[in-house]
Amino acid sequence: MTALTGVSVEPPLALLAELTHRCPLRCPYCSNPLELSRASAELDTATWRRVFAEAAELGVLQVHFSGGEPLVRRDLAELVAHATKFGLYVNLITSGIGLNADRLGRFVEAGLEHVQLSLQDAEPGSGDRIAGLAGAQQAKRQAAALVRAAGLPLTVNAVVHRQNLERLEAIIELAVQLGADRLEVAHVQYYGWALSNRAALLPSRDQLDVATATVEAARAQLAGRLVIDYVVPDYYAHRPKACMGGWGRRFLNVTPLGKVLPCHAAETLPGLRFPTVAEASLSDIWYYSPAFAHFRGTAWMAEPCRSCERREIDWGGCRCQAFALTGNAARTDPACSLSSDHLLLAVARHEAAGPAPDFVYRQHSAAPPRVADPAL
Amino acid sequence: MTTGTVKWFNAGLRIEGSAVLSFAPHVRFRFDDTRKAWVVLAPERLLLPDDQAVEILRLIDGERDVDAIIDELASRFETPRDVIAGDVLPMLQDLVDKKVLRQ
Repeated sequence: MTALTGVSVEPPLALLAELTHRCPLRCPYCSNPLELSRASAELDTATWRRVFAEAAELGVLQVHFSGGEPLVRRDLAELVAHATKFGLYVNLITSGIGLNADRLGRFVEAGLEHVQLSLQDAEPGSGDRIAGLAGAQQAKRQAAALVRAAGLPLTVNAVVHRQNLERLEAIIELAVQLGADRLEVAHVQYYGWALSNRAALLPSRDQLDVATATVEAARAQLAGRLVIDYVVPDYYAHRPKACMGGWGRRFLNVTPLGKVLPCHAAETLPGLRFPTVAEASLSDIWYYSPAFAHFRGTAWMAEPCRSCERREIDWGGCRCQAFALTGNAARTDPACSLSSDHLLLAVARHEAAGPAPDFVYRQHSAAPPRVADPAL
Repeated sequence: MTTGTVKWFNAGLRIEGSAVLSFAPHVRFRFDDTRKAWVVLAPERLLLPDDQAVEILRLIDGERDVDAIIDELASRFETPRDVIAGDVLPMLQDLVDKKVLRQ
């Protein structure tokens, strides 16, 4: 199909369903926005059901239940059932806090296919400190055991940074011990909360090189037992990542309040108005909304992207990173060495050599409560 | 979430001709009506196999062994067996390594 800009648009592959921003953890690299939404404003069960129906109709194949912590939604089993009924492959992305055998049994009955469990560290004291919750690490061990006992595939997602990288080998061992089929070793991506905590999180070049070698050795040693996916930090890259596989090309994201975004951080970009699921169908938003069309394809690009032979490989990198670092979302991602802003990353790398400041844990803002937005 | 464009670690060929493969639990190989194409849905994976890969995957039934699959394709496409094996074995090994298929 051809949308607004004349760019050919394929149906999206996957939907990230951010069911809530509520979470018992306070990780300082949380991917949620700095302005967290509250429970009373969240989409209700019936609206999510309609969103799943529209997503399946649009061609979405997989839905990732995320948050916040999806387990805080009391209707989670019902939501899983609705999504699977429409043929969607359902993945639960969870901290594991609040999981018990009874609830998991109901999720399995409802058709849940897979669980991705977050892990903050191998060492319990450090894990609890990073998560901002005492006892978190122990709860994760129990959650992993429940997932295995239920016969579901388990992926452990370990977010790594300067304060846990020295224990990467132990993290990999723990993933094996927990019975994981897959381990995602994901370096922090610096948006929102993580950007606020960058100096406390960004590893040094040496730490990164050691980590990369550790992952490669573990892959060889654990072949056939544990699949390891590795997400590298683009602060040490020469070319940017193809963020989300390109703006509005593969993925869409629905926030707890029902806003439809090309990625979970896109709301930080000024000048774009993202429609809500109350205003239009997912299909209309995907194919016809100006916000999705805005950075789709290559027409929006300036140099050096415009004439770059990699423009349809990395799609100019990440719009949110370009905005966060340069103040202009339409500039080349500074992660690219061809960007005139590439030196901005050197400043950050310099910080990584200094002492790590205290974490700014994620939390609700101190702003006074407001009347709900009538548009929602 | 990754798609088929990811580069996979290749641990070398280990599966034998006598191996009987099936899709791992919670891996769905199905036809997608929107794209009019076969897709593989798996944990953290979404694969869009090309026509050749689909022909191979449709023979994964948990009963016939890898040799039998190669024989079937060699006869169907009137192509020398070793040419077919050269395509089929690395692909199946890759999918075993990704835990999409299992022995």
